Amino acid sequence: MMNKLILGRYIPGDSLIHRLDPRAKLIASFYFIGIIFFANNWQSYLFLTLFTLGSIYLSKVDIGFFIRGVRPLLWLILFTVALQIFFTSGGEVYWRWGVFQLTEFGLRNGIFIFCRFVLIIFMSTLLTLTTPPLELSDAIEYLLRPLKAIKFPVHEISLMLSIALRFVPTLMDETEKIMNAQRARGVDFSEGNLVQKMKAVVPLLIPLFVSSFNRADDLATAMEARGYQGGEGRSKYRVLHWELRDTITIIAFVILTIGLIYLRN
Amino acid sequence: MKPIIELNNLTFKYQRTDARPALEDVSLSINQGEWVAIIGHNGSGKSTLAKTINGLLLPESGSVVVGNKELNEENIWSVRKMVGMVFQNPDNQFVGATVEDDVAFGMENQGVPRDEMVERVKNALEQVRMSNFATKEPVRLSGGQKQRVAIAGVVALRPDIIILDEATSMLDPEGRAEVIATIKQIKEENNLTVLSITHDIDEAANANRVLVMRQGKLVDEGTPEKIFSAGPKLVEMGLDLPFPEKLKQSLKERGVAVPQNYLTEEGMVDWLWTSILNK
Repeated sequence: MMNKLILGRYIPGDSLIHRLDPRAKLIASFYFIGIIFFANNWQSYLFLTLFTLGSIYLSKVDIGFFIRGVRPLLWLILFTVALQIFFTSGGEVYWRWGVFQLTEFGLRNGIFIFCRFVLIIFMSTLLTLTTPPLELSDAIEYLLRPLKAIKFPVHEISLMLSIALRFVPTLMDETEKIMNAQRARGVDFSEGNLVQKMKAVVPLLIPLFVSSFNRADDLATAMEARGYQGGEGRSKYRVLHWELRDTITIIAFVILTIGLIYLRN
Repeated sequence: MKPIIELNNLTFKYQRTDARPALEDVSLSINQGEWVAIIGHNGSGKSTLAKTINGLLLPESGSVVVGNKELNEENIWSVRKMVGMVFQNPDNQFVGATVEDDVAFGMENQGVPRDEMVERVKNALEQVRMSNFATKEPVRLSGGQKQRVAIAGVVALRPDIIILDEATSMLDPEGRAEVIATIKQIKEENNLTVLSITHDIDEAANANRVLVMRQGKLVDEGTPEKIFSAGPKLVEMGLDLPFPEKLKQSLKERGVAVPQNYLTEEGMVDWLWTSILNK
């Protein structure tokens, strides 16, 4: 079930995009999602699409991964697009049936919304496919730093984030083990109606919770024994290096913005 | 030799209302460079004892002296610097997202500068023979490898004392032997004091001295030879019989007169062939 999930997975590689500083990638991805809303004609969308495809090409990740990333959201996209197409009025009316109508504006909006969705998913998938989760959490910690001024617990949040990320596979393994152990004792996880299915989850959830508590206890003891006293006075082993290629990335996005403003009407 | 750990009349209760304290009037002293094994049944207070030594648990009465410092709220962190601990569950003590991050974690806490950290991580991983795994995530390692990383994390901190709190109890025999060999080698190289809490007979056999605990009390102590010669009583103490002892038992049952004192495997082989030749 988890293997199908592309979102949040990392594909190791050594392309230009892989080697970029995670901060640059994180900022760029958010920025891209922001400016995509500025596009308002087919030229600007074409420009953004070419830019996205270019980035994907540079990452050397198989395009199939991106298409699979869109798949789980396909119904949501189609639903939104359908709403746009059938309920937007304006322009030439091609077809009408009760409240439904197919208009020039509707068709155009539908296509734009579709592009917007796909481009946003492509870009965020590109971010997670080319950045190890750990680097992402480092980047988030770095970018959250200014919030320290308003007493936001940046160190604690980033520690929790990195511990959470480190335990995801461990807990997945454990879930699998408990599921199999319960199956061996006759619990059926897939059969029955909704209520029965929910009831079957209880013998999975409770042991998982209990073992997580024990884990947390052990981990806290081990951390304390190794001298963990909180964020004060700590040094850091992993450091991020901002290099020329990261600056170039940011410049590329500035050019993208200028081009976009020029192309929109 | 000067003692590096001293416990004086230590008593500890988890809850005030507990009928029986987890530790009752425990006194012991451990010399620098010594390897001491603590054995005993489950629930005999071994792990509690280990946790009082670096202040993870504070005793109800009695005192803990580590390296001439009496453990109290003020110097607890400097005592923890001297004591490295390796715990039982390899998964639950792995803090870092990768091997090198985990080794660096303790040093980060002490504010070691980054250049020195990189150097010490590298050395520590070499010492436990895990250099090739530096960037691997914990899911990709076996239990024994994870414990070796935990040891590297302790070694990188350069403590004077390493406490193994049943560090090999969740490992297979192979991983166990690996971990013990690693500790032995590191102990010799750095003149460390090792306190190992264990059910494992080989680990106890490596020690200079064995302490036996029962129901929160220290009931016996001596060299492994002396403790192991207790024979079937060992099982009551929470240890398995060493192989030569098992062999002696079986021979005894078949009416062979065997020596009373403890023999190592080599000693047993020697005794066997000499006694057969002498017949």
